[in-house]
Amino acid sequence: MSIDKKTVEDVAHLSRIELGEKELEKLSGQLEHILAFIDKLSSLNTENIAPTNHILPLNNVLRKDEPQSSLPIKKTLQNAPEKQGNSFVVPKVIE
Amino acid sequence: MELYKLTAHELLKKIKNKETTSEQIVSDLTKRIKGVDAKVQAYVRASSSTLLAPDSKPNGIPVSIKDNICTDGYNTECCSKILQGFNPPYNATVINKIIASGNSFLGLKCNMDEFAFGSSTENSCFGPTHNPWNLDCVPGGSSGGSAAAVAADEAIWALGSDTGGSIRQPASFCGVVGLKPTYGRVSRYGLIAFASSLDQIGPLTKDVQDSAFLMNIISGYDAHDSTSINIPVSDYTKDLINDAKGLKVGIPKEYFVEGLDSEIKAIVEEAINKLKSLGAQFKEVSLPHTEYAVPVYYIIATAEASSNLARFDGVQYGLRAKAEGLVDMYKKTRQLGFGDEAKRRILLGTFALSHGYYDAYYLRALKVRTLIKQDFDNVFKDFDYIITPTSPTAAFGIGEKMDDPLKMYLSDIYTISVNLAGIPAISVPCGFTKKGLPVGLQILGKPFNEGMLLRLAYTYEQNTAWHKVKPRL
Repeated sequence: MSIDKKTVEDVAHLSRIELGEKELEKLSGQLEHILAFIDKLSSLNTENIAPTNHILPLNNVLRKDEPQSSLPIKKTLQNAPEKQGNSFVVPKVIE
Repeated sequence: MELYKLTAHELLKKIKNKETTSEQIVSDLTKRIKGVDAKVQAYVRASSSTLLAPDSKPNGIPVSIKDNICTDGYNTECCSKILQGFNPPYNATVINKIIASGNSFLGLKCNMDEFAFGSSTENSCFGPTHNPWNLDCVPGGSSGGSAAAVAADEAIWALGSDTGGSIRQPASFCGVVGLKPTYGRVSRYGLIAFASSLDQIGPLTKDVQDSAFLMNIISGYDAHDSTSINIPVSDYTKDLINDAKGLKVGIPKEYFVEGLDSEIKAIVEEAINKLKSLGAQFKEVSLPHTEYAVPVYYIIATAEASSNLARFDGVQYGLRAKAEGLVDMYKKTRQLGFGDEAKRRILLGTFALSHGYYDAYYLRALKVRTLIKQDFDNVFKDFDYIITPTSPTAAFGIGEKMDDPLKMYLSDIYTISVNLAGIPAISVPCGFTKKGLPVGLQILGKPFNEGMLLRLAYTYEQNTAWHKVKPRL
């Protein structure tokens, strides 16, 4: 399967990454090259093989529903690029 | 004094015998870093960071830490522009365990490929680390800073992380010991995630004994990591037994084929002969799905990475680009903040997970991962170990593979399967090429059998002297 420029553009939008024209061109070529290599997998018959969801047997992890200490608000906000009171500030979303 | 030259276990003995103090060790190490790091560049943000953490009170032996392991009060940026200035609000579990063990860590962090994406440490926003054995060569990656620091005696011991070989391959390129524990053995809490089903933290050390010491400190169940496994951890120093008699080792024929440098092949075969002479039993085995490991890895790892890296959007930490709307802010922040390889991997992973391609790529990769795991299960029914070269070549030149991502991916061909199968593996120095570059021997073991790995590695090390040779800087 090959990947064209339009598909890379769509995937970049899904990934929320802006790409310049030159970057788009370069990445399309590289991704096509990598995918051609990955296509090796299509030669294997995997019809009756179960997918690996966990590599080692894992049980569901449960804990008692008891309140525990969490990070103080001040620490949580210490890296905020922009903050106001106890909140992160983001560009306006609602018109 | 040149205390920085010693191993942690030698220094701990000296402290116990009152021949030295933690203060002396730190002051010696500081001088060494100041003396040679301009050449090696194993550490990042040298000017802005305090050397010793968590406070200036030295205690035990300081551990050097990769820049993707969270250290409260000390910047942790994954060597990415997008995490510029990130000061973690908490410590990774491994850091708390180091402190609880009476040791300390350096606030100065080790260089790495951005978000651990790479095999050469060239994808760092701070520029590349140089291999202490040849400054024109890469140290391997992604834990290249940790490996180079240990090799250059700029670190007593260090922590790295391994998603597809990122501890073992740089250990091999720099001539040090690197261990990737079983998936679930060491808590990932506070390790900034790359591929959550593959990532493990592990030690990079000057010898096998230090590897056992550091494993004792960092291993064990952690309620903060739901994939950490609650089974007892043994005292790994008890496995430091110099005896290989009767140990059964498989040699996978798929690893000794075209693409393996003939010089590396000869050196690894010599190491195998050494172990034979020490009583280990060898037999050729087959891991038939080996050729699919790299393609499977570059689907699963990128798919998980694309999801994990969604959190870097300019809202809660790190870089934020100026923009009008919210989506525009995300897109511009991520364009500015991520390097080329990060963008490539996010796009590839998003593609593999997207509607219409999921079954053909992601689901198929998960199925082939099952086949790769079964290959190992089959061999480990009859064998205690598998031995391979760690890397098909010795360290390559800086810049040599930067224009060809696929060529770079293939340099991990011998290390990737281990992460896909979740098993532990160790790389130990086993010789030098004619050009004087180190070569690593990779030993693979059964899940949760790190002790057995350390035993064979220790036996090899005790009967050879490769680990004692130091680079001239």
